[in-house]
Amino acid sequence: MSTPTTASSQQHTLRKLLRHRSATIGASIIIFFILVAIFAPLIATHDPRQANIIERLQGGSASHYLGTDKVGRDIFSRIVYGTRISLKVGFIAMTFSVGFGTFFGAIAGYYGGKLDNVIMRVMDIMLAMPSILLAMVIVTILGQSLTNAIIAVSIVYIPQYARILRATVLKVRELDYVTASKVIGASNRRILFTTVLPNCLAPLIVQATLGIGAAILDAAGLSFLGLGAEIGEPEWGAMLNENRDLIRRAPLAVTAPGIAIFLIVLGFNLLGDALRDALDPQID
Amino acid sequence: MLSYLLQRFLAIGLSLLAVSLIVFLMVHLIPGDAAVAILGERATEAALIELRKEMGLDKPLYHQYAKFLWDALHLDFGHSFKTKQPVVDEIRRYFPATAELTLAAMAFSIFFGIAAGIIAAIFRGTFLDYFSMSVSLAGISMPIFWLGLMLILLFSYFLPILPSSGRLDVILDLDVQTHTGFYLIDTLLVGNFAAFRNAVAHLILPAVTLGTIPLAIIARMTRSSLLEVLNQPYITTAYAKGLPQWKVISKHAMKNSMVPVLTVIGLEFGYLLGGAILTEHIFSWPGLGSWLRAAVEARDVRAVQGGVLFVATVFMFVNLIVDILYAYFDPRIRVGDETR
Repeated sequence: MSTPTTASSQQHTLRKLLRHRSATIGASIIIFFILVAIFAPLIATHDPRQANIIERLQGGSASHYLGTDKVGRDIFSRIVYGTRISLKVGFIAMTFSVGFGTFFGAIAGYYGGKLDNVIMRVMDIMLAMPSILLAMVIVTILGQSLTNAIIAVSIVYIPQYARILRATVLKVRELDYVTASKVIGASNRRILFTTVLPNCLAPLIVQATLGIGAAILDAAGLSFLGLGAEIGEPEWGAMLNENRDLIRRAPLAVTAPGIAIFLIVLGFNLLGDALRDALDPQID
Repeated sequence: MLSYLLQRFLAIGLSLLAVSLIVFLMVHLIPGDAAVAILGERATEAALIELRKEMGLDKPLYHQYAKFLWDALHLDFGHSFKTKQPVVDEIRRYFPATAELTLAAMAFSIFFGIAAGIIAAIFRGTFLDYFSMSVSLAGISMPIFWLGLMLILLFSYFLPILPSSGRLDVILDLDVQTHTGFYLIDTLLVGNFAAFRNAVAHLILPAVTLGTIPLAIIARMTRSSLLEVLNQPYITTAYAKGLPQWKVISKHAMKNSMVPVLTVIGLEFGYLLGGAILTEHIFSWPGLGSWLRAAVEARDVRAVQGGVLFVATVFMFVNLIVDILYAYFDPRIRVGDETR
């Protein structure tokens, strides 16, 4: 990380990653869910939104692998389509918070001074509230929907990325090759974007991987509270909420979506941990 | 130490000021008329006019904020438009339930988390170590709301031994007069032991649900911190003097390894306040979290404002207490080093 990334160091990182068992498991889980999301129409056996009162609250069977919920929707198909929603939530929320977090963190770290102070104090204040509370404030302002839940989760995670990036930029901007760019007369903006930022990516990649898992978990939590996905959508958290009163009559309806959330989050956590080890030059 | 405390108080004051600003601006960020946002779409014109006058909506923003702040300092958050009750009364009514749940969860996670961490560290590399660390990794990825539902399935359905909702059985609920709002205390105060047992039974599943993730994190931190300390020369010296292992660990290693664990505990307390919102929803626990959730759902702005400000205040003071404890355990913080 302290030297500009080269092809051989990238290969080295990749080799370390491939040897890492939790990387393999984590990546396999993620790839599995991505494939499920892509081929959802082929895998699902029923329309995930189609209610069928006659077949309500059935147990697992050949036509309904995981049974049906209280309005007779096929739980297996809902979970398959839910993969699309969860991955979408995770990636969009992570992209937004990484984008804004990088921007604010890089500016604060590189320019320092008053700008740094103002930006980081705002970030501190956002961190001074439990994240779900801040998300609830945002949902109150914007109203309840899945899109607004994604926005809320994105905003909540900005400070984490900003802090990490600022700390890395502070280290990197003191290095010789940055000084060298200054000496040859590169502009601040050019130094920041072409010299400093590319060398700050390692910790950001780790945090972003873990961040996808966290975003999926938080958005599912909001939906579970009834403050996220609209009623009837095949979103895993919302499915748990809708079926929680029926836990005694249809245990599968609350077991299955939870396992799906757990696995997908575990996948991103395992991969994130492994990336941290692989990108750390001290662990070899 | 005194200047450190003053500094921390000042920081909390500023943070709260900022949170109050966010909470105040909330009303104005909701699209449309602020008075309609507070009183709801069906409010009468007369009520709207009265509220606009009361909030000074015709006056400049800083004037409105000053009034909001002044009222908040006097614990006046206005009335909930849903229940028509003063928000502060609602907070007072629901907070003890949340505090009881959070404290029980914290006690559970600290006790078992530290115990699991010590066991894992002592038996490093054995099955016990791998087992407790795998469980704690799973604990971190677990959606808390799903864990709660699974515990209900296990302990109130397959093995019907624990209740799954509320704080007391409905019949007993009427018998308990609330003095403190903490049912474990209230039931003992009136000497109603049947109700006390009932309240304990109701508390177990929610507290375990809420405490499991912090338990996992505390266990991991205790393990790594203790392992680090156990490698220090002074521990070797203690062993060389012929002290038995339990004494080396309890007298020599524990105090020094507790500093990072304490930090984690402090951070987790904040998480607990957030996690309580989800846990209360699962177990129909009539606490601040359930109340706040309902307020957000109904866009009961005044209730959300008061609730958020209150929880943020509690959160910051809990962190302050942790910082003070931290300074107690780590003298480097209170002596001289004011760079934080």
